[in-house]
Amino acid sequence: MRRSIVANIQDIGHRVIESVWRLGHASRFFILVLLKSGTCLRRFGLVMRELYYTGVLSLIIIVVSGLFVGMVLGLQGYETLQKYGSESAVGTLVALSLVRELGPVVAALLFASRAGSAITAEIGLMKATEQLAAMGMMAVDPIARVVAPRFWAGVISMPLLAAMFSVMGVFGGYLVAVVFIGVDAGSFWSQMQSNVDFRFDIMNGFIKSCFFGVAVTAIAVYEGYDAPPTAEGVSGATTRTVVTSALVILGLDFILTAFMFRGVG
Amino acid sequence: MPSENLIEISDLNFSYNTHSILKGINMTMPRGKVIAIMGGSGSGKTTLLRLISGAINPSSGYVKVAGQVVHELDRDALFKMRRKMGMLFQFGALFTDLSVFDNVAFQMREHTDLPESMIRDLVLLKLHAVGLRGAHNLMPNELSGGMARRVALARSIALDPMLIMYDEPFTGLDPISLSVIGSLIRRLTDALGMTSIVVTHDVQESLKIVDYVYFIADGVIAAQGTPQEVSASVAPFVHQFVHGKEDGPVPFHYPAQAYIKDLNLEGDFA
Repeated sequence: MRRSIVANIQDIGHRVIESVWRLGHASRFFILVLLKSGTCLRRFGLVMRELYYTGVLSLIIIVVSGLFVGMVLGLQGYETLQKYGSESAVGTLVALSLVRELGPVVAALLFASRAGSAITAEIGLMKATEQLAAMGMMAVDPIARVVAPRFWAGVISMPLLAAMFSVMGVFGGYLVAVVFIGVDAGSFWSQMQSNVDFRFDIMNGFIKSCFFGVAVTAIAVYEGYDAPPTAEGVSGATTRTVVTSALVILGLDFILTAFMFRGVG
Repeated sequence: MPSENLIEISDLNFSYNTHSILKGINMTMPRGKVIAIMGGSGSGKTTLLRLISGAINPSSGYVKVAGQVVHELDRDALFKMRRKMGMLFQFGALFTDLSVFDNVAFQMREHTDLPESMIRDLVLLKLHAVGLRGAHNLMPNELSGGMARRVALARSIALDPMLIMYDEPFTGLDPISLSVIGSLIRRLTDALGMTSIVVTHDVQESLKIVDYVYFIADGVIAAQGTPQEVSASVAPFVHQFVHGKEDGPVPFHYPAQAYIKDLNLEGDFA
């Protein structure tokens, strides 16, 4: 009995040390990626190619999800607001919900599932099939040539995808509230215009999505590069990318929101 | 005048954690020769290649390539040296997102400022040397195992290296592809005046093409010699390995405690 308690404590200690070690390893890797970004920023074609895979190919899921989230917001918002006779504020509700929270957060969650997992699987498989080792043998640094372009492509794509999500969401809200239900179009747009602040709402949403872009892509490239070179290792790394990204996005969102909207309104 | 030996390995030891993998290896590899390193799985052959390429550092001793001690080089000097090395990985390790042409052109584009028209001519020349000029537009997933290995060979000679290392180049190939790869290794070595190190299990194919053989067992050089000397050797290890005998100094069983003890039958037979 006593031995099992000691063993459990040892196990907990081992896990804590392992987690701290991994965090340090990931931080060191992140710094290396930043230091070795010169090549891909000079040869921007490398980033452009990855922008297509991470950004353009994520568009369809972002556009469709944004549209539906906006439509649901329009419907729910109208249902509640019409009880107080303020259904014309539905535009404001939809826009603020999207640009402040749902746009950056949901787009980042979708981005982690669609592009983050793909980045991890691709880098992990390149490692498992010795492509990264072959690159190193050709005197080409895999972090500079493979990891950094994917990282910067993710960082650039994320805010653009979040903006696209919000735009489609606002359009979805407009479709439901104005076109289907019949809220006055003029008041829908004018209330939105007067209540959504560029600096506090749109810029803060943009800053959030930049943070999420860095976090998700850094997790994705690290997990791929660190994956054990086996089928099981790559699948585990892909799962970890999605799970860790989701938790980091939600945690970061709370912290950023607390800093950004303190004392506003 | 460059030394006659491209590679000199002296008293090389390598351990992983507390497990000793290579113990006191001494080798010399002359320029322009094909040298085979043979041995059973886990004998340390691939580790030796990784030490020569500077992917890992020795615990003690040194590897000298073209007069430079590999593990003493800083990163830039190591990468500079690797530009003069090629390595053929076991399954080719072609970049799956690039075409055959782009795979072979990869190093030229990364390390030289050659115009695209010249790169095109050079790539076609290299692919022609391995008989795959007509496949330059294909993607790696459209190639057979033997073709992928030949493209990887063309890629590894892209910058006319002084040394090529082959890690199990014959694994998983049909007899025709195996023979083609074997003769390509020999012909390219002679034509380009480079040195080749072939790590392999395939005794019969490699004895046809190599100039010298080292056998590694349990981390030490168990035997060495020319293909003729090796074929005629009556040393128990060499004889067992060359002729694929089940009985010999290499045991069939992995070390374990007594079988009877594992089955908990000790009391019954006491």
